[in-house]
Amino acid sequence: MQLSLGPVLYNWAPERWRDFYFRIADEAPVDVVSVGEIVCSKRSPFFADHIPAVVERLQSAGKQVLLGSLILVSLRRERRQTEELAAVEGAMVEVNDLTCLRALAGRPHAIGPFVNIYNEASAAFHAAHGAKRICLPPELPLASVATIAKAIPDVTTEVFAFGRVPLAISARCYHARLHKLAKDNCRFVCEKDPDGLLLNTLEQQDFLTINGVQTLSHTCANLLGDAGILRESKVGSLRLSPQDCDMVEIARIFRDVLDGRDDADGGNRRLAAVYAGVPFSNGFLWAEPGHLYRRGRSGDMQSVAPQIGPV
Amino acid sequence: MNDPSAASPGPLPTIPPLVALAMRPLPLLPLQLVLGGVLQRIHRRNPALFDRLGPHARARFGIRPIDLPFAFVVEATPPRLSVVRDLPPGLDARISASFANLLALLEGRVDGDALMFSRELVIEGDVEAVLALRNAIDDAQLDLAAEASSLFGPLGVPVRRAFEAARGHVIGSSGQASS
Amino acid sequence: MMELICPAGTPAALRSAIDAGADAIYCGFNDETNARNFPGLNFSRDEMRKSIALAHGRGARVLVAINTFPRASAVELWHRAVDDAVSAGADALILADIGLMDYTARRHPNQRLHVSVQAAAANPDAIAFYAETFGAKRVVLPRVLSVPEIAEITRESACETEVFVFGGLCVMAEGRCSLSSYATGKSPNMQGVCSPPSHVTYEQTADGTKSSLGGFAINRFAVSEPAGYPTLCKGRFSTAQGAGYIFEDPVSLDATTLLRGMRNAGVTALKIEGRQRGRAYVESVVRHFRHALAALESGSETDIASLKPFTEGQASTLGAYRKTWR
Repeated sequence: MQLSLGPVLYNWAPERWRDFYFRIADEAPVDVVSVGEIVCSKRSPFFADHIPAVVERLQSAGKQVLLGSLILVSLRRERRQTEELAAVEGAMVEVNDLTCLRALAGRPHAIGPFVNIYNEASAAFHAAHGAKRICLPPELPLASVATIAKAIPDVTTEVFAFGRVPLAISARCYHARLHKLAKDNCRFVCEKDPDGLLLNTLEQQDFLTINGVQTLSHTCANLLGDAGILRESKVGSLRLSPQDCDMVEIARIFRDVLDGRDDADGGNRRLAAVYAGVPFSNGFLWAEPGHLYRRGRSGDMQSVAPQIGPV
Repeated sequence: MNDPSAASPGPLPTIPPLVALAMRPLPLLPLQLVLGGVLQRIHRRNPALFDRLGPHARARFGIRPIDLPFAFVVEATPPRLSVVRDLPPGLDARISASFANLLALLEGRVDGDALMFSRELVIEGDVEAVLALRNAIDDAQLDLAAEASSLFGPLGVPVRRAFEAARGHVIGSSGQASS
Repeated sequence: MMELICPAGTPAALRSAIDAGADAIYCGFNDETNARNFPGLNFSRDEMRKSIALAHGRGARVLVAINTFPRASAVELWHRAVDDAVSAGADALILADIGLMDYTARRHPNQRLHVSVQAAAANPDAIAFYAETFGAKRVVLPRVLSVPEIAEITRESACETEVFVFGGLCVMAEGRCSLSSYATGKSPNMQGVCSPPSHVTYEQTADGTKSSLGGFAINRFAVSEPAGYPTLCKGRFSTAQGAGYIFEDPVSLDATTLLRGMRNAGVTALKIEGRQRGRAYVESVVRHFRHALAALESGSETDIASLKPFTEGQASTLGAYRKTWR
């Protein structure tokens, strides 16, 4: 079972972003790393200067590097950016929107969790058109994951296994809206929230996370306890999505459990210590509401305990 | 350009409280018999309506006109209707609106979502059952005047005229969607 | 003249739409193959055949929406929906899933194919992909684009474009939203339902009506305050930066005032949302846009009564069509 690191979804300061990947290259036991700004095209210029160095460091460390494409492409500038990405040599593109496919014209590529692949027929279509790795949409239940993975044995099937779950993308920027700014003049206020902005219900229940034009879960997906059944289901890779915590340690914990150096309970305790205060979820995998968490295969579903925060 | 078809804004009239008060002592049994007959007849003539209810055909709905001193408990399968002073506990869903809005909904003259948005229609309990009922009714294109009058055999025509006059009085000449 | 594409959740609504002046009606089968899979709604196979025959007799076309993403191991259910819609005489199929488009293009090469809004094809490259790979003739544009962007897409695409002009407004890119399944386990993409009524509760409290979805409180309305659908993207929430309608107010899209701009942008068809709505809605909204289109054609001023009673929160918006919405 491989481990892959998804792209940073939040707006981190460029130097911090670069140093994060340098440390991943040097220390994290991950096989594949997807880099690039995929949430908001306005943020891209900040990271562009650092990308070559980051890619080189990761590749030198033996990691396979994927270049993530933008999730929602509508502006001319975004189309051009996506087209240029498809032309890059030396690293596979991770397609997050079908816009890329035409330019890729059947060349080998990876597919990210933002492309709708819900069944074996769609997966086979993408495999026939050059997909070598497919990270399935986070809302897919295990039964679907297993059917798809078995149908495309030559493609590495990946699931979203750690991190706040991306739930929606919009043309509207909620960070700008909350700060009463126009999107075109947003002053990049999303940089104030390197782990996203918590959104509560009217009853002060922790619920969602705002990240500019993207909405994520408040809970953190954690499929560590499900790794065994995922392996049996022919899943070949687990994706870890960067949060504002020690991701090197998160990767070590997953590797330890996958390699039998620790058990799932021990691993879960360590995960909870590294990314403290954020409840786990795996409801999507079990065809339940996504925010729920079920411990182990036979455990009962547990509702996320409402956390009363300061009002 | 004047568009005669556009939605006529503004709520339908409610029954004045004094009239409602005057209705309070009325015996409920005759009303129950007549409305029960109408329901049986709708059931016979519109089997598709009950197919559309699907798994919700056995739900018990409480329907409360907010401007009348009584309410209805309705079941689709088997078709049963009772008239009560107050809705009993244990119903699957409760629906309340003015009598005029309820009539207009039954005949598909108003859009249920629009009444929800304007807060003229209140739903509690099993929301899915209520939606199924509303969608089934909307497709059935019920004509209450025809359904009611047909119960009265040779007296049907005058009964129908009386009902239409009463409906016109309660709803106004038309509901939300005039035509 | 731009075509008017109207919703029908029932055969009766389809007849109402034709009466009110629809050029085409879109509808779906009564199962999880369509994205408005609500109780009591949609068409049996028999109703579909009869409704298409009736529409054709009256000069209207019927577009069948099979626009959810087929469940793994159950793809045949969607294949059957495609086969049955074709044999019922559908004028076009509205599809979202790549695998299903592939099936349709191979099995029924002469069947006209439209790309559903659920496919979220938001630029000329994505649209060209669908047109070149599956022969798609039309794309329903996601509600994330401004009118100038629509004009650019229409200029650059061989595909016809269809845009929403009225009704429910997805704030998130369509077909790419798991908010509903995060709270309830049921999603538009898989089960064809957003905010499934089975998971909605309304509670009357001293402060008014509280609406919840999957146990999460999503709004509270004072006694006479206008309300909207119990969808997460139009709920009230709080953050450290402020509280209220963080994503969008309860409003509906109404692009009546943009029809001229849409025509100049080269748009082929205008779509009214609302297969879950009643006949009264279909009748009034379709007639409204029929009159507005006639006025646009004759160059006369439109003085059309408001559709406000039919809108969520009794309010309307131009949504992403106006760039400042973002």
